[in-house]
Amino acid sequence: MSELPGDLLYTKDHEWLRREDDGTVSIGVTDHAQAALGDLVYVELPEVGQDVTEGGDMAVVESVKAASDVYSPIDGIVAAVNDVLADDPETINTEPYDAGWIVKIKPSGDIDESALLTPDQYQALLDEEG
Amino acid sequence: MGSKTPLYDKHVEAGARIVDFGGWDMPLHYGSQKEEHHAVRTNAGLFDVSHMTIVDLKGERVRDFLRYLVANDVAKLQDAGKALYTCMLNENGGVIDDLIIYFMTESWFRLVVNAATRDKDLAWIRKQAEAFDVAVNERAELAMIAVQGPNARELAAPCIDSEWRQQALDLKLFTGMEAGDLFVARTGYTGEDGWEILMPAARAPSIWDRLVAGGVAPAGLGARDTLRLEAAMNLYGADMDETISPLEAGLAWTVAWEPADRDFIGRKPLEVMRANPDKRRFAGLLLEDKGVLRNHQRVVVDGVGEGEITSGGFSPTIGRSIALARLPAGDYDSAHVDVRGKLLNVRIVKTPFVRNGQVRIEL
Repeated sequence: MSELPGDLLYTKDHEWLRREDDGTVSIGVTDHAQAALGDLVYVELPEVGQDVTEGGDMAVVESVKAASDVYSPIDGIVAAVNDVLADDPETINTEPYDAGWIVKIKPSGDIDESALLTPDQYQALLDEEG
Repeated sequence: MGSKTPLYDKHVEAGARIVDFGGWDMPLHYGSQKEEHHAVRTNAGLFDVSHMTIVDLKGERVRDFLRYLVANDVAKLQDAGKALYTCMLNENGGVIDDLIIYFMTESWFRLVVNAATRDKDLAWIRKQAEAFDVAVNERAELAMIAVQGPNARELAAPCIDSEWRQQALDLKLFTGMEAGDLFVARTGYTGEDGWEILMPAARAPSIWDRLVAGGVAPAGLGARDTLRLEAAMNLYGADMDETISPLEAGLAWTVAWEPADRDFIGRKPLEVMRANPDKRRFAGLLLEDKGVLRNHQRVVVDGVGEGEITSGGFSPTIGRSIALARLPAGDYDSAHVDVRGKLLNVRIVKTPFVRNGQVRIEL
């Protein structure tokens, strides 16, 4: 299993968050999640401008095996979606933390980092799930 | 922890993602399901199918027994080694399981039934066999490897002792033979040419290694499912079960109506269904929009009625989503599928979607 990027925050649902310089938050799924899903074949993206709420459905990633919901870890508005995924969903498999980002959210308020996981905490979760 | 086949360690060695399948710890894929799929369509792949249940039936009246037990007619099996695909029905005409029957000798037939249905199948077969004095012997000590793909037989031939190798390469489609302690059959579940090889469990790891060293790609249950879906081969438990007759699952071709006086289990209710106009049709769907069709999604046919996807997924060969579906009767060639509340466009197509490496539908 590859090392977790240290500059990201994580969720129990195997998503990652990156605070961007422009104030938005990029969100994707972790390497662990993409490996569990298998080859991705379709990503259903939200509309730019759409409201998202913490814990609500935001996108759907579909692998050869199954469809899986991606939940928004924060409240906010969709600022951008990764259009590359429409034609090349496997980018999530190959570069889950970089080119495979799914959406950028403009948060509606301060982000409660205590509800998210640090790299160490997420690693502990992975170790626990074995 | 589930049951493990004699090849379990090989799967782990090869980096398989192991999943539970009907109580067995089986490989889902070894890294990329799509690559494994393409390997089978373009070259050769190998599958551990040792979890499947092999049952030998022996007795003087075994042929009569099978003519009663299953909906297809083993009277068609006249040459040794010949195989027959059939459904085994309950008294209501529902499918207990689908299986392959090999004609070994006049007093010995071999069945290969599904792993997930093993217990009920064996109980049913044993119960029905009593009246025919047929011995039912599960061959749990045998392992089974399927080598599939356009180059599969050529690449697997070195695993057959030279004494039988040429004869094995000359096997006709849907025919098998004993080759020393192996049983080799030109059958499969992918829509490609190839063999299914039965062997003593102890020989399985070395044969596996030899095939892999020869360039045959290990392929998991994930690829097996996308391959069989493209080939429009039914999956028990998804496309049919005990509440569905073969006539509602696209398997009417496996029911032998003639001779009319052959009494097989489920015949009477099946005759009634056959006499009534079809209420449901079984067909292939091609998704015209982006997305993926999945099992149990609702199919809406405008002005006609509704149906259901029984097997849906992404077709790696076509690059679009395909499905098998049970649909309302009628003359129409397009429909909608409810995918998370959105109605996506699908076209009704004639199956198979893919056979022998070629896409067989119009895109």
